Amino acid sequence: MKTMLSIISNALCRMTGRNVGPQTVPEAARVVVARSFTDFTPQVTFDIKKCDLHRLEEGPPLRAELTREQGLQYYHTMQTVRRMELKADQLYKQKIIRGFCHLYDGQEACAAGIEAAINLSDHLITAYRAHGFTYTRGVSVKEILAELTGRKGGVAKGKGGSMHMYAPHFYGGNGIVGAQVPVGAGIALACSYQGNNQLCVTLYGDGAANQGQIFETFNMAALWKLPCIFICENNKYGMGTAVERAAASTDYYKRGDFIPGLRVDGMDVLCVREATRFAAEHCRAGKGPIVMELQTYRYHGHSMSDPGVSYRTREEIQEVRSKSDPISMLKERMLANNMASAEEFKEIDIAIRKEVEEAAQFATLDPEPPLDELCDHIFHNEPPLEVRGTNPWSKLKSVS
Amino acid sequence: RRFHGSGSAAVQVTVRDALNQAMDEELERDERVFLMGEEVAQYDGAYKVSRGLWKKYGDKRIIDTPISEVTKPGVCFMTFNFSMQAIDQVINSAAKTYYMSAGQQPVPIVFRGPNGASAGVAAQHSQCFAAWYAHCPGLKVVSPWNSEDARGLLKSAIRDDNPVVFLENELMYGVSFEMTEESQSKDFTIPIGEAKVERQGSHVTLVSHSRYVGHCLDAAAVLAKEGIECEVINLRTIRPMDVESIEASVMKTNHLVTVEGGWPQFGVGAEICARVMEGPAFNYLDAPVTRVTGVDIPMPYAKTLEEHSLPQVKDIIFSVKKTLNI
Repeated sequence: MKTMLSIISNALCRMTGRNVGPQTVPEAARVVVARSFTDFTPQVTFDIKKCDLHRLEEGPPLRAELTREQGLQYYHTMQTVRRMELKADQLYKQKIIRGFCHLYDGQEACAAGIEAAINLSDHLITAYRAHGFTYTRGVSVKEILAELTGRKGGVAKGKGGSMHMYAPHFYGGNGIVGAQVPVGAGIALACSYQGNNQLCVTLYGDGAANQGQIFETFNMAALWKLPCIFICENNKYGMGTAVERAAASTDYYKRGDFIPGLRVDGMDVLCVREATRFAAEHCRAGKGPIVMELQTYRYHGHSMSDPGVSYRTREEIQEVRSKSDPISMLKERMLANNMASAEEFKEIDIAIRKEVEEAAQFATLDPEPPLDELCDHIFHNEPPLEVRGTNPWSKLKSVS
Repeated sequence: RRFHGSGSAAVQVTVRDALNQAMDEELERDERVFLMGEEVAQYDGAYKVSRGLWKKYGDKRIIDTPISEVTKPGVCFMTFNFSMQAIDQVINSAAKTYYMSAGQQPVPIVFRGPNGASAGVAAQHSQCFAAWYAHCPGLKVVSPWNSEDARGLLKSAIRDDNPVVFLENELMYGVSFEMTEESQSKDFTIPIGEAKVERQGSHVTLVSHSRYVGHCLDAAAVLAKEGIECEVINLRTIRPMDVESIEASVMKTNHLVTVEGGWPQFGVGAEICARVMEGPAFNYLDAPVTRVTGVDIPMPYAKTLEEHSLPQVKDIIFSVKKTLNI
């Protein structure tokens, strides 16, 4: 099927005189290539918002190139994260997900844009609003939802939950505010030590930005020129506290002081991508760390136990949804430039809905992890050890 | 909501409301008292314990802090898990200062917040810090169970001139208990350092703190049907521990079972064992002391695993019977 589509696609390209060669077409879009014979614009260059700069002579480019394939891929990624988070909201209200659940809807352009500019061999660490990054770092919706419902098919076998999901080169998912930042610098140190030309993207929020450990980390990263991109996802509220009430300076991109910084429109996936590309080049050139502030917004409250309207108005939330939604913005850009059809987007939506629905089914029906694995994974590379249970006669087993 | 005790003898009050009332009354009583923490003011508290206080007392007395676990002198931790970041200040600046200054500089501060496991909050948010703080001289560590404890102990803690770590429990906030009229008076305080016998018994002593006192009482009710009468002691204070009450009980029952949510190694139960062994009650023991504790692992997220990581009522019943050799 794939070969046939490539053949047709290449034939079309030859006929119309455009880029010939192997095309990678995103999964959900494959369905439509064979169907449509109108020529879509394969690539458009868009003007993007200028970034505010701190200690930088020049910044990311003011224009971004977007190919049709990239556009459909970014759309697919963001829409998948959106639908996955909304499904999580639903499952939480049905009490199938419990405990803490911090949703990412509204901020999708950040995760998608960052991943578009780095490689899977690079590293990434974030705080607890982590489901979007878990997806962009390669974990399936199925494994994410099953982790949220605490089942053995979850990415951490049900033992971690919402805030503790991991993948190769993705270090979670961290519950204690700000604690992931020093860890991220440590990962960058490892990259530097190993000389592998990789970097670490270390994310934190506007709430964490005022913590001392962030500044200690900035100091070390700058001193040792660590390949670390510090990214502050400023969604304007640290739980229930607006940034003006928490920070003496809300110019988070400048808070690195001696570290250069960029302030980026976090609702535009192209802005985020270009800025991250710029930052990645900076790090890989051995210039040391860089700070990026992504101005973004979360539609949900801080977590599922926060309705999110006691400290901000519904009007404000509605305004962002209608004027700055990252997914709508991308879609409208592509439609306006004839890069794809409305039907194609609809097909993608349908495919995603199906994927999320199936994942939710799995997450609801998969069994919980078995009790005899309760004590496993205390230590690595160790012979099995005995663990005390709730009373002295309860001797449990722990396997590495 | 305030409860007016005029006329009615007993009233149902949640632990949350008891804490709220205690803080309200102490804020009113002494204008040097203020509350500081994350989301305590305009958000009404992350768990709504400080609801209404900012409206009544304003910005000067009820202060929202940025997230800065180390620098805030912190009267309220959103949870004690975050206090690990501030622990240097609690120990080195609060606990030791009066000693290091040879009596010149007292530190009248209360660190309060939810401690221990909640439900489904996973490994980084479920740790019990009773043993960590109780290890340190210069600190008082208090762990209330019911509404009366919460109210009386918080008032004492606020009035105390020394640093007090006040360990609440999130799962208890919404639980209602009957409170006597006396316990609702503005000057009702419970002395720090005194345990309470919640249930008299003659066959075995159960010692516990916080939420597990309830579990012990439930186990005692089941065991009573089999003719086993448990004496249940609510520690109320971890440090200084009321060892005398435990000893007096053990000298009567000859058997001791400790129950806690924290991990077994170097924990509250371990300390009780050591103290009983060092004192007169040792000779009255007919069996070694049994400790019922959390499982010695980080807290898993999955529901069934989580349930099996903490003491359940059946674990207490089982342990009592083993201790009594039944």
